[in-house]
Amino acid sequence: MSAEGTLVLGWGNPGRGDDGLGPALADAVEALAAPGVEVESDYQLQVEDAAAIARHARVLFVDAAREGPEPFFLRRLSPAASGLSWSSHSLTPGQLLALARELFGAEPEAWLLGVRGYEFDRLGDPLSRHARENLAAAAGYLREALRVGALEEIPRSEPPASRPVARL
Amino acid sequence: MANPATQRIVIEPLTRVEGHGKVTLLLDDRHRVQQARLHIVEFRGFERFIQGRPYWEVPVLVQRLCGICPVSHHLCAAKAIDGIVGVDRLPPTADKMRRLMHYGQIFQSHALHFFYLASPDLLLGFDAPVERRNVVGVIAEHPELALQGVAMRKFGQEIILATAGKKIHGTGAIPGGINKNLSVPERDRLLADLPRMLEWSQKAVALARDYTLGQLERLRDFGSFESNHVGLVRPDGALDLYDGRLRAVDARGGVLVDQVEPGDYLDVIAEEVRPWSYMKFPYLKTLGPADGWYRVGPLARLNVCDSIDTPLAEAARRELFAALGGRPSNVTMAYHWARMVELLHAAEVIERLLGDADLQGEDLVAPAGERRFESVAMLEAPRGTLTHHYRVDENDLVTMANLIVSTTCNNEAMNRAVRRIADDQISGRPEITEALLNQIEIGIRAYDPCLSCATHALGRMPLEVTLVDARGEVLDRRTRPS
Repeated sequence: MSAEGTLVLGWGNPGRGDDGLGPALADAVEALAAPGVEVESDYQLQVEDAAAIARHARVLFVDAAREGPEPFFLRRLSPAASGLSWSSHSLTPGQLLALARELFGAEPEAWLLGVRGYEFDRLGDPLSRHARENLAAAAGYLREALRVGALEEIPRSEPPASRPVARL
Repeated sequence: MANPATQRIVIEPLTRVEGHGKVTLLLDDRHRVQQARLHIVEFRGFERFIQGRPYWEVPVLVQRLCGICPVSHHLCAAKAIDGIVGVDRLPPTADKMRRLMHYGQIFQSHALHFFYLASPDLLLGFDAPVERRNVVGVIAEHPELALQGVAMRKFGQEIILATAGKKIHGTGAIPGGINKNLSVPERDRLLADLPRMLEWSQKAVALARDYTLGQLERLRDFGSFESNHVGLVRPDGALDLYDGRLRAVDARGGVLVDQVEPGDYLDVIAEEVRPWSYMKFPYLKTLGPADGWYRVGPLARLNVCDSIDTPLAEAARRELFAALGGRPSNVTMAYHWARMVELLHAAEVIERLLGDADLQGEDLVAPAGERRFESVAMLEAPRGTLTHHYRVDENDLVTMANLIVSTTCNNEAMNRAVRRIADDQISGRPEITEALLNQIEIGIRAYDPCLSCATHALGRMPLEVTLVDARGEVLDRRTRPS
């Protein structure tokens, strides 16, 4: 299977306040109609996403972050070392990457973008004001990153010379 | 015996990504298991959230309940709202599109559970170390099964996409009907994959059968107990996962209630509240809370129905009961075999529906009838009977919502399974061994609990088991991360 292009995979539940940040950012990326970029979103990550991941050279997971830096973080990901959880009906990005490797022999370059959210527990709430601001910042970053074709770790934790940068 | 009133049960606060499945085992002075309690983090408030919303929004709103089985809630709510708008019969296209969506959901859910959650236990053994007893271990030894699991789950998801319109907050089912039919290209894409789905479903039934019969001596008693069983059946007693009337049988097959219309469910079912759990305990009123608890889900459904109207699944159903000593079966681990019989049934129903030209019909919505102010609907979700009950006022706003989900129905059964397993493992030795942790996990998993749904919370669930002595002191505690 020849892997090419970038898959943007957003997940979360838009009916749970800021949990909808992942699908909202996926929608924003889809609206860009960037060449070579495919966008998917769902409530949760599941095993069939491993097949989609394996078809791409690069995958960018986008999710809401309960903790961490504002307005968002971006970091490289590796396949998880352990198997699936004992009862879960959803997977982590690392578990999905491990499945893609084990099932399809695929090891795409993988990134996780976490948009900082604040209100997760109240049913039916829209995105909070701060979360909308963070979403706009993340969407703005990706718009530029997709235009110039590069992702980089944010916030920067290492000197620029050794910081991972990937061409899209 | 420990006094529940003096026990301090700490339930972790809700977080977005983690619910907690906690098991507390209460021991007597001789360190024998007196009681097992499965605690699940609860996030109530959904019924309250629905109140005050226009009734036509409900089929979409209820999908916010859970990211695992939104289709079941979507369709059950739509059926209930059909009643509010006075529609008792949908146009054939609408009815069959909804059924296709539902059986697609059953197919993908059962395939996911079997190939990715249950197969490590079945193929690698109860006693395999947990670091190997997972899907990575299955991939190493049976890679074709893991690939089949992915393809079958994807097939079911494609059916949902074709019928519900989109993955998140699908809008396919609307009051009185459906908002789209199935185009010929959509149908043909699904038909192209169908032969292998049928073939793999038959192989999955054979795998579950061979495993169950090969291990029957051990499995017969594992987490097993006599119970009542509840499910929906057609007027002729056949299995129907999308629609039907309630039937309950006892542990010997005696019919307790039959052909109960969903709207009359409160005549036969009540919910008990216990001080140590936020989750309710439903029971059959005719037997009372002590004896009226029941099981739902794949094995319970096969136990209550008289037949299945698709030939391969019917043959598989007959083979199951012939091998297990007749109907009903109270063998908890036979849930896996029953689930695969239903997987095959779903594939056959999907084949039948895709060959039906009604799916390309243009009559999508029934004309509204006499407005009603209360409605109840039931369907058989992958994990068991699901009930939605709504009241609506003259301004079209919902004033009351009551939802009984399948995992809540299996609440008592899961507690009993855990107690049975713990009793066999622990009596006299007040410690949580790796074997105990494994077996509790396997016993709960037989029911495929949708804990997110039951608790109205999203997320993964670490397993934590605590041993408490007769004085309420913690003797041991172990956690298995999610």
